Amino acid sequence: MSNIAISDAGPSAAAKPFLARLGAGFVNRLVIFVPYLWLLFFFLVPFIIVFKISLSQTAIAMPPYTPVLDFRDGISGFFAGFRELSFDNYTWLTQDALYFNAYVTSVVIAAISTVLTLIVGYPIAYGMARAPATIRPTLLMLVILPFWTSFLIRVYAWIGILKPEGLLNQLLLSLHIINQPLVILNTYTAIFIGIVYSYLPFMVLPLYSSLEKMDYSLIEAAKDLGCPPTSAFWKITFPLSLPGVIAGCLLVFIPAVGEFVIPDLLGGSQTLMIGKTLWNEFFANRDWPVSSAVAVILLLLLTIPIMLFQQAQARAQEQGK
Amino acid sequence: MKSLGSIRRDFAPWNDPNAKPYIQFDNVTKKFGDFTAVNNLSLTIFEREFFALLGASGCGKSTLLRMLAGFEEPTSGRILLDGQDLRGIPPYRRPVNMMFQSYALFPHMTVEKNIAFGLKQEGMPKPDIEKRVAEMLKLVKLEQFAKRKPHQLSGGQRQRVALARSVAKRPKVLLLDEPLGALDKKLREETQFELMDLQQELGLTFVVVTHDQEEAMTMADRIAIMDKGEVMQVATPAEVYEAPASRFVAHFVGNVNMFEGKVAERSDKTTRITGATGAEIVVDNTGNAPATGADIVFAIRPEKIKVSSRKPADSVNALEGEVYDVAYLGDMTVYHIRLDDGQMVRASALNAARVTEDPLTWNDRAWVSFRPDAGVVLAR
Repeated sequence: MSNIAISDAGPSAAAKPFLARLGAGFVNRLVIFVPYLWLLFFFLVPFIIVFKISLSQTAIAMPPYTPVLDFRDGISGFFAGFRELSFDNYTWLTQDALYFNAYVTSVVIAAISTVLTLIVGYPIAYGMARAPATIRPTLLMLVILPFWTSFLIRVYAWIGILKPEGLLNQLLLSLHIINQPLVILNTYTAIFIGIVYSYLPFMVLPLYSSLEKMDYSLIEAAKDLGCPPTSAFWKITFPLSLPGVIAGCLLVFIPAVGEFVIPDLLGGSQTLMIGKTLWNEFFANRDWPVSSAVAVILLLLLTIPIMLFQQAQARAQEQGK
Repeated sequence: MKSLGSIRRDFAPWNDPNAKPYIQFDNVTKKFGDFTAVNNLSLTIFEREFFALLGASGCGKSTLLRMLAGFEEPTSGRILLDGQDLRGIPPYRRPVNMMFQSYALFPHMTVEKNIAFGLKQEGMPKPDIEKRVAEMLKLVKLEQFAKRKPHQLSGGQRQRVALARSVAKRPKVLLLDEPLGALDKKLREETQFELMDLQQELGLTFVVVTHDQEEAMTMADRIAIMDKGEVMQVATPAEVYEAPASRFVAHFVGNVNMFEGKVAERSDKTTRITGATGAEIVVDNTGNAPATGADIVFAIRPEKIKVSSRKPADSVNALEGEVYDVAYLGDMTVYHIRLDDGQMVRASALNAARVTEDPLTWNDRAWVSFRPDAGVVLAR
């Protein structure tokens, strides 16, 4: 019966069942396939290479590790290489306290920086969301503006500000607020300043987007029902901006854990962070296998907050917000 | 006893010179920059009154409500509630609650928590809150939706949650900003009557802002018609409709025919008007009738005009013309008649019978007639 109906539909009908079967579903899958392909080539394959190196042994060679899996000795040589792989490097990471300390310090520094960024970013985002609609695009522009200059140059600029004879100390000295230059550069404080400064837009933007779509009459309703402004903020505004808070915190926390440039330039040699450790292992020690192991562990460490982030987003979507 | 309109109102404190006003606006002006939203406005509202502020958007009615709620402060003048000057009292300390046009339900709280919100702020003990919330849920018939979040409710249910939340604290005055604006027509009509019942039951004073005249007419004890930040008339729905104070009010509420003319002659009881185009109309004198020779407008509602195919035998006012348009609306029929002097007249006839003898159609000759007390004379 349905066959008759289709053939009745006209000359193009003959092609239709074929396209219909292949059509929407196939094209949809093809479209989704492209990003998957991208991820496969630019994330999964490099990751597998790094993972393989982390299972190798360091060697004075080119490349600086062994075994090198190739087909110089044929298929059997390839499989023989496999037998040489081991988890020794991972065991090594647990034996030297340096790595454990670097991981823990990195997570703690990232966590503190995230909280600081939230404290600095929330009022900014709130102010932007409550600003007259006409100037909001300008404010948004100002938040994004720093991206126009290289991240590296901006962090370098902070050296000029924070160093003992730098701008900040000169200003404070000339205002007679301090008698001795403050030692900020090459301390954890400098790292915090650097991270908060560099990642502020990543905090402000998601916060702004969740605060901006909030209906202001909710605050009025809260006040109308007897709720003073501060209390209305904690009972209404903050809970409703929570998706933005979570997104912003994770967008700051995740890259901050593995941050290398900021601790290297502002933190000096005294500070310990996993990104710097990795760099040293790789370039100073030329120990590719151990640094690869460090990288793999870091990646696993970061999947936890990423999973939390996705869960939070799924929940937000489910709420229809 | 004769009275305007077709209902008797026993509740009429505004006619009692000894009645104490509950809400009082004294020469209130509100400016936003250069724009004057409310201009030197004075108004009194009585306890237990259902009061409507009616006007087009931008007429200042919402500003008036927001000043009462405390979201805006008057630029000058004062607002008294139950004898207390409200100036400087923040919204969270005023004994009034507002139902917002957008409902403003807290999306992260259940229906129950939304209703309990104001009570918690008050510091009411928990068992009392629970009792009150249950009572409110029952009042708005949402008992089985207590645990739902606002986004899981229909528009009508949300409206009822907003209502329950705003009356839960038993405010002295309930402010309603376009309370039925977001509902569809049928639901709106039902809810109008529910709101009236609720007001009776709770014995609260309601001040409602609306742009829908039918809504205001249905629910309110008195209506204030506003335009450009000023009150044009404050009166019962019947007075507003049958005895509009000005051309603006007559035009704003319902349909109206306007005859421009001059007062030709005044006697003790009646006034004779000559229309601009020569037609003559005789009307009963009301309160302050204008003097002979004054330029006036005679305003008459369509349903007060009778349309017939022959000249009515005993009518004082009968004018001849031609049927220009007819529209059958079911409950009534609307005629547009072009009088011989060119004036267009809108007349409506209730279809009280299913069958009409000798019905009119397009281009028929027709007579329009009305009683001397059918319309009002207004200043031009």
